[in-house]
Amino acid sequence: MPIEIDIAYVARLARLDLTEGELEGYKTQLGAILDHAAKVQSLEGEPHAESTHPLGFVNAFREDEIRPSLDRDEVMAQAPESVDGYFVAPPAMETE
Amino acid sequence: MNLTELTIVEAGARLRSGETTAVELLDAVLDRAHRTEAQLHAYLTLDRSGARAAAEAADADLAAGNDLGPLHGIPIALKDNMCTRGIETTAASQILAGYRPPYDATVVTRLREAGAVIVGKTNLDEFAMGSSTENSGYGTSYNPWDISRVPGGSSGGSAAAVAVGSALAALGSDTGGSIRQPASLSGIVGLKPTYGTVSRYGLIAFASSLDQIGPLSRSVTDAALTLQTIWGHDPLDATSFDGEYPDVTTDIDRGVEGLKIGVVTELAGEGYEPDVESAVGDMVERLAGAGAEVVELSLPTFEIALSAYYLIAPAECSANLARFDGIRYGHRGAGATAESLMARTRAEGFGPEVTRRILLGTYALSAGYYDAFYGQAQKVRAAIQDDFARAYGRVDVLVSPTSPTVAFKAGERVDDPLAMYLSDICTIPSNLSGHPAISVPIGVDGLGLPIGFQVMAPALGERVMFRVAGEVERLSSFDHRPVLAEVAS
Repeated sequence: MPIEIDIAYVARLARLDLTEGELEGYKTQLGAILDHAAKVQSLEGEPHAESTHPLGFVNAFREDEIRPSLDRDEVMAQAPESVDGYFVAPPAMETE
Repeated sequence: MNLTELTIVEAGARLRSGETTAVELLDAVLDRAHRTEAQLHAYLTLDRSGARAAAEAADADLAAGNDLGPLHGIPIALKDNMCTRGIETTAASQILAGYRPPYDATVVTRLREAGAVIVGKTNLDEFAMGSSTENSGYGTSYNPWDISRVPGGSSGGSAAAVAVGSALAALGSDTGGSIRQPASLSGIVGLKPTYGTVSRYGLIAFASSLDQIGPLSRSVTDAALTLQTIWGHDPLDATSFDGEYPDVTTDIDRGVEGLKIGVVTELAGEGYEPDVESAVGDMVERLAGAGAEVVELSLPTFEIALSAYYLIAPAECSANLARFDGIRYGHRGAGATAESLMARTRAEGFGPEVTRRILLGTYALSAGYYDAFYGQAQKVRAAIQDDFARAYGRVDVLVSPTSPTVAFKAGERVDDPLAMYLSDICTIPSNLSGHPAISVPIGVDGLGLPIGFQVMAPALGERVMFRVAGEVERLSSFDHRPVLAEVAS
C-alpha cells in the first residue's frame, strides 16, 4: 500500500515555505524513501524496548555554579537585526 | 622530501630535531592548498593569519623546551561544522553564510591547547547530510585520486585535504559514516570513536544520538594520537562519557596473534564491487595468516539498519534544525509575522537534501505515524545493539568493507537519494550502536581508486580496534600519495 503523505501539512509543521511544484517533488521522493524505511516494520523475534543512548546513560548533572556566559556584544553581532541588546523580530500574531 | 607528505609522527620528529619548523610545515601545506584548491575545493575558509600566529608560537614554545605533545606545530584542518570563535562557520549551508561563532567548540580548544596549527575549515555536505559533498551550499569537493569523482562525504573536504597534503590531519564528524566513507574513498584513515567520548560542544548538531567527532589522517598511529588529544570528559556536553579512557596507542604494533575476527556476512554480495570484495577478502586471509582466528558471523538486523537510520537521523535533524529561524543568527528571509519569516528564511536557506530530511523527520515524528516509523526504528536500533552484543560475545572485532564501492563520479547519484544513502550501508550500524569503527586503506581497484577496510569494535574497545587496524596497515603496504599529489609537487 502506498504511504499517504499530506506534504503541505508536513511542510507547515516544519516551517518551510515551499512552492506547489517543490512540494510535489518532495512528496514523490519521500514516498520512495518511506517505502524503503518501512522495512523497520519487518523486525522479528522478541519485542525490543525503544533504544536511545547507546551507552545507556540516564542523566548528567553539573555543579550549580555561576560561570561567565558568552559575550553579549559578540552574540548580538550575529543577529540579523537587534536593538540595545535585544533581538528584533516581527510580531508572532497577525496584526490589523 | 616534500613536507606535505609527512605523517604527524614523521613531522613531529623533524620539528623536535630542528630539521624543520612549524612555520615551514604550514607554508608547505598552504602552498599545496594554493596549487590544488582550484581543482579540489577542499576548503571553505583558510585562516592564514591565525595559522601563522599559531605556527610561530609553536616554534617559539618548542625552542624553549615547552613541548605540548604530538600535535604541537602540526597543521590540521577542521570540518566547517565545528565552531571557531570569530572564524566563519557555515556547516556548508547558505543559512549560516557569514556566521562567526562567539565561541570555540571543545575540540577546537583542545587542539589549540595541544599546540596544533588550525589551517582552515573544510567543505562538507550541508549540515553533514550526504555522502559526496555534492549537497554543499558552496559547491562540490573533488577526489585527489580522480578529480572527476567525489571524495565521499559528508567530511569530504577534510578527506581531500588530508589525501592531497593541504593538511597533515583533519577532524570530521560521523553520523552515519561521514568520516569513514570519505576516508575510504580518498585513501586515508578515518575513525569514529565510541559515542560520548569526544565532546560535541560547538559541533553544529545533525542527529544528536548518532553524531560523533573523530580524526582523518595518513596513518593509524596519527589517528590514535589525534583521538587522544581531542577525547575525554567535557561537562559542556551532557552526553559526554565520564569514566576511564583507555590508552589507545599501546597495542598498535602488537599484531593480531590470538585475536578473534568476525567477518560480517550481511556486508557483502549484491551492490558490492568485485574489486572491493576481493581486496577485503585478501586482507582477511592475511590477518588469518598473521595469527588471527577468523570466523564468519551473521548479524541479520544489519539488513534493516539503513531503514532505521533514515528514520532516526531525519527525525533528530528536524528537531535540531528548528533553531535556524532567522531571528538570532544567520540568514533572514522576509515575513510580516514571526512564522512567515521563519518559513521563508528556511525555504531560502536550506538546500534540497536538508529540506528533504527535515520533511521526512517531521513526518516520521508526526501524530499518527510515530509508532509505525520513529518508534519502530528505535526498536530496530535496540535489536541491532543486541546483534552486536551477541557477536562481541564471540569475537574481538568485526570487519567489512567501509563502502560497497570506490569513489563514484560527481553527478552520478545526485538525483537518486536512495542510491546515495546505500553508500553508508556498512558504516551505519556502528552509529546506531554507538560503537567505534575505523577505516584503513588497503589497496586500489582496477582504475587505481582506493579501497577501505573497516574494523568495528565494542563500546570503548578502541585499543583492540587500533591493534587490528595497525596490523591491517602493515599488511596492506598502501601508498598514500595520490596522483595529484605527485603532479602538484
